[in-house]
Amino acid sequence: MSLTAHSAADLLRDLAARKVSSVELVNAYAERIRRLDGQIKAFLHVDFDAALARAKEIDGRRAAGKPVGKLGGLPVAIKDVLCTQGIKTTCASKILQNFVPPYDATVVRKLKEADAVILGKTNMDEFAMGGSTENSAYFKTTNPWDTSRVPGGSSGGAAACLAAGMAPLSIGTDTGGSIRQPAAFCGVTGIKPTYGRVSRYGLVAFASSLDQIGPLGRSAEDCALLLEAIAGHDPRDSTSADLPVPEYAKSVSQPLAGLKLGLVREYFGKGLDSEIEAAVREAVKVYQSLGATVKELSMPHSKYGIATYYIIAPSEASSNLARYDGVHYGYRTDEKAMLDELAAEQKKYEAENNTKKLADLDTPLIRLYRKTRAEGFGPEVKRRIMLGTYTLSAGYYDAYYLKALKVRRLIRQDYDRAFEEVDFLVGPTTPNPAFKLGEKTDDPLAMYLEDLYTVTLNLAGLGGISLPCGFTKSGLPIGLQLQCRPFDEERLLRAAAMYQRATDWHTKRPTIGGKE
Amino acid sequence: MSLTRADVEKVSLLGRLRLSEAELDTMTTQLTRVVGYVEQLREVNTDGIQPMAHAVEMHNVFRDDALAPSLPRDAALANAPKRDSECYRVPAVLGE
Amino acid sequence: MPDQPYDLIVGLETHVQLLTQTKLFCGCSTKFGAAPNTQTCPVCIGLPGSLPVMNRKAFRLGLVAAIALNCEIPEFTKWDRKQYYYPDLPKGYQISQYDLPMSKSGWLEISDPKGRFATKKVGIIRAHLEEDAGKSLHDEAAGKADSRIDLNRTGTPLLEIVSAPDIRSTEETRAYLTELKLLLTYLNVSDCNMQEGSLRVDANVNIHIQTLQGKIATPIVEIKNLNSFRFIERALAYEAKRQYDVWQETGRKMGDPGTFKQTRGWDDAKGVTFSQREKEESSDYRYFPDPDLCPVITLAGDVREVRGSLAELPAAMRHRLEKSYGITPYDSDVIVAQGQPLVTYYEEVARIGGDGKKAANWVTQEVLRVLNEQAWSLEKFPLTAGALGELVKLVVAGEIEITRAKEVFNDMVAHKRSAAESMAALGIGKVDSSELEAICREIVAANPKIVADVKSGKQQAVGALVGQAKKKNPNANPNDVRRICLEIIERM
Repeated sequence: MSLTAHSAADLLRDLAARKVSSVELVNAYAERIRRLDGQIKAFLHVDFDAALARAKEIDGRRAAGKPVGKLGGLPVAIKDVLCTQGIKTTCASKILQNFVPPYDATVVRKLKEADAVILGKTNMDEFAMGGSTENSAYFKTTNPWDTSRVPGGSSGGAAACLAAGMAPLSIGTDTGGSIRQPAAFCGVTGIKPTYGRVSRYGLVAFASSLDQIGPLGRSAEDCALLLEAIAGHDPRDSTSADLPVPEYAKSVSQPLAGLKLGLVREYFGKGLDSEIEAAVREAVKVYQSLGATVKELSMPHSKYGIATYYIIAPSEASSNLARYDGVHYGYRTDEKAMLDELAAEQKKYEAENNTKKLADLDTPLIRLYRKTRAEGFGPEVKRRIMLGTYTLSAGYYDAYYLKALKVRRLIRQDYDRAFEEVDFLVGPTTPNPAFKLGEKTDDPLAMYLEDLYTVTLNLAGLGGISLPCGFTKSGLPIGLQLQCRPFDEERLLRAAAMYQRATDWHTKRPTIGGKE
Repeated sequence: MSLTRADVEKVSLLGRLRLSEAELDTMTTQLTRVVGYVEQLREVNTDGIQPMAHAVEMHNVFRDDALAPSLPRDAALANAPKRDSECYRVPAVLGE
Repeated sequence: MPDQPYDLIVGLETHVQLLTQTKLFCGCSTKFGAAPNTQTCPVCIGLPGSLPVMNRKAFRLGLVAAIALNCEIPEFTKWDRKQYYYPDLPKGYQISQYDLPMSKSGWLEISDPKGRFATKKVGIIRAHLEEDAGKSLHDEAAGKADSRIDLNRTGTPLLEIVSAPDIRSTEETRAYLTELKLLLTYLNVSDCNMQEGSLRVDANVNIHIQTLQGKIATPIVEIKNLNSFRFIERALAYEAKRQYDVWQETGRKMGDPGTFKQTRGWDDAKGVTFSQREKEESSDYRYFPDPDLCPVITLAGDVREVRGSLAELPAAMRHRLEKSYGITPYDSDVIVAQGQPLVTYYEEVARIGGDGKKAANWVTQEVLRVLNEQAWSLEKFPLTAGALGELVKLVVAGEIEITRAKEVFNDMVAHKRSAAESMAALGIGKVDSSELEAICREIVAANPKIVADVKSGKQQAVGALVGQAKKKNPNANPNDVRRICLEIIERM
């Protein structure tokens, strides 16, 4: 079996036992990336020289008997939405095409301290807005299981590179399902931790009260390893929880007896693909064979999740993206062309004697902002900025934003009630499997409705995982979602690992272009 | 509730986006569609419900008034699209 | 305002920079005068991914100021984003407070020792904590149409204090600002230095005009960036008249359809306020709670603790000095206005000198005169409170008379020596009583006309003998001379 086919946990054991070196690993993954990424296009940038240098340094330390971090020499891919010092961070947008952060995100710093080796930055939907990675300003990532289909989004690159064996671990972010949904589409495992579990310092903000950074891996065990390294309180993030980090990697293999699972009635309505439903119900049976009991319950406000999310997220996004104005960093429109354009307009309106248009004419500064942002942002980002600006504007704030915040509380209350009766909610991650590239790009609302099962978790601020639980007849992965109580990731991982010991969906690998 | 083109123009100024004529039309249609969808929240009874602006209820998170190193000037200005040796530069601001 | 056909109504919005070492949300220094863009970091530049964390000391200083301004402190407060686009605002929003500010409903008492207005309480509507923006420098180089942006100031903690429109004259305006500045400097909340921009004032101005139909109010105008007390007084006087003239011309009053709050600046060189073009849309700040910051809960116990920790406030100090030392409000105002060190100095002088009123005269007239002339701060003043107190004691005891005492004082300052040493050096001392008797008998004998005047009832005429006595011995005490001469004349 080639190196890149091993789990991260196995690789870590081999690294510790000096059966394999970090340099060898980096070379193996680099080789695979060179061979396959032309087709998959998961990476926005890679730097193998830097990775090898780092790997060499870690190998040297290990050989000298010096201490090595918890991820000692393991390669990791990072979604290009986290700031990496000295390395371009674009958020898959033109407006940050040349942005080089002068600082590391806390998660990046922690990965470095744990001696992970950064392979590269992965592709995503621009500013994490989207569910297919088709909104990247650079190129589209394809699904390794069927390269005519999307890998999901917005962490499409992070999920695809794992599925294609181009990295053993990756870091993604989840605001409305952006880790869980691509994990489901690509047949890998991914966690959105409880809000506050992982520091957001250095995460380029999309929707501040919903964003969380999380691990993706080929198994719950691998995710446990990565989560342990990145979780923890950060004084630089006022919203980060001051709670100790459990030893996820140690406990993940311990099963849970007497699990109480909840099936949400509202998740199984029309709109759910029948193959997905069948796979999920089969998965529930597996849990029952492992001693779990299942209860059906209702989350009456879950149907309002999308509407609530698509008010709150764009509102916060419109504010978070106001800083991209071409003044202090990022792309700026061609000033001379802009001034010429203004002068021409002025002349035109003067000739027409159009006093209203003259009075309303943009000042150079305003036109600079408007052109920079129009040229720098893609259509989906613009749409969400427009929507969010509208819902926060005078006269509409109460009816939209404030109302959504109240429904959000009702959604959270549904979860609190549910968790009085059960340990985890179990259900499908997505209503449909991976769709074809271009299939949903005409109708934004249709794309939004695919987030049906994932958005409520972000709104409630709780944790959840997606793990593979089967395939459609056409060979597309199906994801099972478990949702947990606040800060209950330790048991969530154990529950997922239990399932993965009893099944082998997560071990399946796609053949890409006829090759393994 | 339907958005008019004028509404969309106004919002585009507030959001500092310049939309072409075609984009204004598309945006008006698309926004009307999405806003029409999210309006279903009206049917939810939220009397007496406190808005949930934060995912986790935390209070009184502070830092000490202690100096931390600032970025050296060149690092701070490194990503500026237009700069001189000391400052960011923009077209003249109104009223100066 | 005397004889105006209108009443001036003023509300003041002041922004004070708090005396913290670091900024409101990051550890960059707030020190004034640093080279451009050398005190910034990812947080205050608003780099992608950066997050704010609240400065504990800034919040406490805000609390101290609010409590000193007699405000209510609500238990729950939060921060909101105020959104607008400007090159000196890198995030595209300012973190401020909107509907649940940290304090509200307070007051500041103002009074005028000169009696130009009656003592009153000016309402404080609210005081809240927010971050400052950066600076826009216009490029002076010929032909350049750029603005240059310095972000050093972004993120500096500001307390915005909004007064009710209770102010009715330029004198009251000056008194309010002077008292506010005094209070905040006493509390070490801010150094309120207008030149350095740590105190900034915007005024909301309108006038009430009495007409036959009743009282008319003109639309409110906001005058921004008034950089000195003098500018403020001139701008208010000008603006009031301008509004009256406009009203006479147009009849427009507050609340008329189509009127909105105008913003104007003050051009001191031209002596006029001028309109600052502002698009309507800029006033839609789209406030919403900042999701990156946690609300703050302040309990009644916290408020009590802060209130208990406050040093004596200026107003209380003035009242106490007036009561304890019997000095006038004018004098207590002058002393307290100089700051705590001078108050301490004065009290020591009064204690040792044994006479509060006399001590006040010496401190407010002689000490302050010298400090002004020499441009000294009190630390540099050569006379300790003890030394000056000794001099005052001598004056009170009648050992020296006042004009000679001033000579002694100047000598003490110039040569840094004690009263006794100066007196010896100047040859000043109390004249021996028998010598004084002899002198008086001499001059009485030499001035029969004055004797006749006194005997005919004009007691004051004896005053002319004082100068003559001093010529014979400069140390002659005028009161003693008058008394002895009168006795001698009476015996004649």
